[in-house]
Parts: sequence; structure tokens; C-alpha cells
Amino acid sequence: MQKMMNEEVQNQLKQIFNDMKNDVTMVLFTQEGECYSCEETKGLLEEVTELSDKIHLELKDINTDLDDVKKYNIEMVPSFVILDSNKEYHGVKFNGIPAGHEINSFIPALLEISGAVNEEIPADFLERIAKIDKPVNIKVFVTLSCPHCPGAVQKAHKLAMLNKNIEGEMIEAQTFMELSNKFNVSGVPKIVINDTLELVGNQPIDQFLAQIESL
Amino acid sequence: MSLNFNFNFTQPSQNKAKLNPEIIHDFLVIGGGPAGFNATLYAKRKGLVTGMIAKRIGGQLLNTSSVDNYLGIKDISGEGLMEQFLDHIHQLEVPILEEVEVTRVEKVNDLFEITVNNQTVFKSKTAMIATGSNPRKLGVEGEQEYSNRGVAYCAICDAPLFANKEVIIAGGGNSAVEAAIDVAKVASKVTVVHRSEFRADQILLDQMMSNPNITVFKQTQILRIVGDVKMTGIEVLDKSSNETRMINADGIFIEIGNIPSSDLFSDLVQLNEQREIVVDSKNMTSVPGLFAAGDVTQVAYKQIIISVADGAKAALAANEYINHHNTSK
Ligand SMILES: Cc1cc2nc3c(=O)[nH]c(=O)nc-3n(C[C@H](O)[C@H](O)[C@H](O)COP(=O)(O)OP(=O)(O)OC[C@H]3O[C@@H](n4cnc5c(N)ncnc54)[C@H](O)[C@@H]3O)c2cc1C
Repeated sequence: MQKMMNEEVQNQLKQIFNDMKNDVTMVLFTQEGECYSCEETKGLLEEVTELSDKIHLELKDINTDLDDVKKYNIEMVPSFVILDSNKEYHGVKFNGIPAGHEINSFIPALLEISGAVNEEIPADFLERIAKIDKPVNIKVFVTLSCPHCPGAVQKAHKLAMLNKNIEGEMIEAQTFMELSNKFNVSGVPKIVINDTLELVGNQPIDQFLAQIESL
Repeated sequence: MSLNFNFNFTQPSQNKAKLNPEIIHDFLVIGGGPAGFNATLYAKRKGLVTGMIAKRIGGQLLNTSSVDNYLGIKDISGEGLMEQFLDHIHQLEVPILEEVEVTRVEKVNDLFEITVNNQTVFKSKTAMIATGSNPRKLGVEGEQEYSNRGVAYCAICDAPLFANKEVIIAGGGNSAVEAAIDVAKVASKVTVVHRSEFRADQILLDQMMSNPNITVFKQTQILRIVGDVKMTGIEVLDKSSNETRMINADGIFIEIGNIPSSDLFSDLVQLNEQREIVVDSKNMTSVPGLFAAGDVTQVAYKQIIISVADGAKAALAANEYINHHNTSK
């Protein structure tokens, strides 16, 4: 297959991956037979793996690797999680290919899980995040042509990384049309918390927290 | 599926200049759109201590699929243009505070105090408001109710959600016509509804009219948006026949222009009837030392190149103001 990323993007990424501290592992779930964008997602992750020796890839099948499916709450394909150097899951998940604008959600997630911090969060927010003691699932519906979607995905992932009770997942709306219809997604980014609370637009962390605290 | 990579992530190790609340700036800019970018460029080159506070870097450029009327730069994406602007600003090491909202601006003892949403206060001798504008709402029944359940305001973001569906575009200016052309690439059918005559550039109108997937109704007013769980259509008044009828659709993009983001400043500076900030020929507002530029002002024609030029004027005028102020004391 022809490479998805052109040389310019590859070189940019190589540069950026120099900042990675520890190893990370992406665990990708696909399935045999029909699977919209599974091949492309696998191709993309393989290409990214080639750009840094700190990035590793494991391939799983949603129908046969059931222990892993359970461990990472995998519900659809393609779907992948990013684990830290101890192969620990921090709730950072992508459903559908992170191409288009979503590359800007994907790359920061890799860097942050590797321990390269790019942005500080104010102390009062950290305190509020630490206090969250219920399981929280944050779904962020996106399209690949949406410039403000990565901002929302990054925040969901950031919250997940900062608190074990939180899981943040990107959902590419076109790939998962049925799920998008179920949640009436007609504008992105759409953020759904624990399948009940909804936010539309790239909201500040404060708004995420206010919703989570109201659970 | 779009497999282009719109990559715009900056290296974490690149130490970007940070906005400092401890110092007194010469010229602080509120807003990170075309007007704000160019104002910091000019200010920095004049040697002013400057910086920018922006909720969303790029402003409306991020919602623009393609720009083909910026002199010297042929057909580029809005985001691509933003990256070129930003690259230029980064080279000059202008400190930028992003994803932060200004919540208050006050003039205290000849200094502007600009408070942001985490309560930090930045001080400056002069300041510029370049907060641009936001999409105007139709203001009809059902718009709020079906907002994000069919009613959408960002064509490039949300068009993929309407693949193989029927979509209405409301409006008759450039952004409506561009949206129609963009959405027609994925939707099964696009209907453009406009209450008067089109104001869009002829080159865009020609593209729209020659697209077999697009139907156009002029002199047609939208009365309300109807639906059940999601919107299912609109009721319109055909102004030529004075009859009302329904148009079925799964979604509607509202592209009827913008309203200035000036609410925050309504007690501070003079606004006109359209709630645009009133500025003089050097872009100064009714408050001495406080400037404004771009879409948020009464400037005629809201365009990128016009906002950019306005930003330059404001920065040069601020420089003059500071020099004058220093010598007169
Ligand atoms: C769909 C679309 C297509 C367009 N196509 C074209 C085109 O082809 N050619 C053309 O010339 N023009 C086009 N325009 C118009 C053009 O985008 C605008 O004229 C231009 O962006 C205005 O620039 P600005 O800097 O004044 O404001 P904006 O671009 O609106 O930027 C405002 C900035 O202020 C920030 N802000 C607002 N409030 C606050 C706050 N309280 N605190 C901190 N920051 C704040 C925003 O986040 C943003 O960064 C288009 C517009 C749209 C919507």
C-alpha cells in the first residue's frame, strides 16, 4: 500500500517524536472480514510506529482476543488504546481513524502518555480532577474535517490521563454512523458524558468538570 | 474518507514566548484572528512590548474551507492561511495566551487591566479589541430546539454528518454559497433558501448554479424549523406568490452572516446600532488608548484582508499614541 503520510508530515513527526520520554504501545482492534477503515487505520498506525523506536503496535481481533476486549472496553472496530511504558491503560482511546484534523488529537496523546508534557493545567483544576471518584466515560464525536474537534478530544484524553476513573474516547462520527445517530450527533465536536450529559463545541476544561461534578 | 493530514501541532520543546502578568505591556491584543495577528506583527516591529490573548487561535479562518481573495496567495484553505500568519508571528516571538477568554477590560489610572477567565490580570498602556464576530441566528421557531439536531452553523465541520442526506442552506452571501458547494459534495441534495437576492461573488454563484445537486429558491423566507426528535424540514414563505409551503430536509446550515462579538465591551466603548464598535480613522474607540479592528468594528465589508489591514492601522496608531503620551508627560 502507498504511504498515507507524505514525506513532509513524516519528517515533522520524527522531529516531534524526539521529545518522547518513555515507550508507548498502541493496541489496535480490528476484525476479519468487513470493517470500514480498519485497513487504513492499521496502515496509519504502522507508519507512525516506523517513525520512532519508542512507539510499539500490537494487533488484536475484537472477536477472538476477548480478554483484551474486556480489559479496554472495546465496543467497535477499528478502535485503539494507547498504553504507557508499563503497558498500563490510562483511558485514552480512539474509535475510527485519527486522520485529517484528528492527527492533532493522536500525536499529542502519544507524546503525553510517553511523559512529554506540553501544557500545564492550573492547580485548582488539578485538585478538582483528583476529586472525581466515580467512573466517568467521555465520548467525543468528531469528523475528520473539523478544525476545533481535536481541542475537545485532547481535553477528554487529558482528563483520562489525570484520573484513573475517567476514560476519554474519540469517536469518528462517519465511521460509526449508527452510534452517532443514537446520540443525535449533527454538530461536532459533540461531547457525551456517561451516555447522558451532553456538551456541544470545544468547551473549556471548566465546562467538562462542571458536567462531571454534576453526575 | 479524508486521509489528508491537517497537521498543526507544535513541538512541545519549542519554547513559545509566554504572556507575562507581572509586566506592563505597551499594546495587548484581545482576539486571535486576522486582525489580531497583524496588529501584533506591526506592534512587535515597532518595538512595542506586545502580546495576544485568544479564545480560539485563527478565529473565523478555521471555519473557512477555502480563501481565494487574499492578494498574493492563491486558493488556500482558511487553516492553511492561518498557519502562514501564525508562522510569521511565532518568528517574531510574540507571546500568545490561547484557549483563554477575556472576561473584563477596565481602564484604571491610565492603564488597561485585562482580566481572563482564570482571574489573571494583564496590564497594558494601550489595548486592541479584535474579537471578531459569531454566526447570526435565524431567530425562528425551532432553531434553538433543533440546534445540533439538524440545525448547524459550521459547514466544513458538520458536512460529513449529512452524507447522503438532504440539506438546506439558509443565506445568500459568500459563506452560504460556499457552504452549498461544499455540502453538495457529500449530501444527496442541497437546497439553498434565501429571502432576497444573492450577494455572493459571481464566480461562486456560477459554480453553485451549474451544480446539478443544488436547487436554489430566492425571495423565500424561512418561517420555522419543524421536526420530531430531529428536524425534518422547514416552513417557508414564497414572497413572490405569498404562499407558504414545506421543504423537507435532514439538516439546515445557517449561513446568514455574523454579529459582532462586542457584548463584553458595551459598557466601555461606544457601539453603533448594529452593535459594532465605533472607531475613528485610526481605529481608536471612544476610550483613548483603546483600539479596535476587524469584524467587531463598524468597518465596511468584513473580509480577511480588510481585518488584517485594520490591525496594522490600530497597531501603528497605538505606537503613535504611546509616543505622544510619553513626550507630553
Ligand atoms: C464560513 C466563512 C467563510 C469566509 N470566507 C472568507 C473569504 O473567503 N475571504 C475573506 O476575506 N473573508 C472570509 N470570511 C470572513 C473573514 O473570516 C473575517 O472577516 C475575518 O476572519 C475577521 O477577522 P477578525 O480578526 O476581525 O475576527 P475573527 O476571525 O472572528 O477572530 C476573532 C478572535 O477573537 C477571539 N475572541 C473572541 N472573543 C474573545 C474573548 N472574550 N476573549 C479572548 N478572545 C476572544 C476569537 O477566539 C478569535 O480568535 C469568511 C467567514 C466565514 C465565517
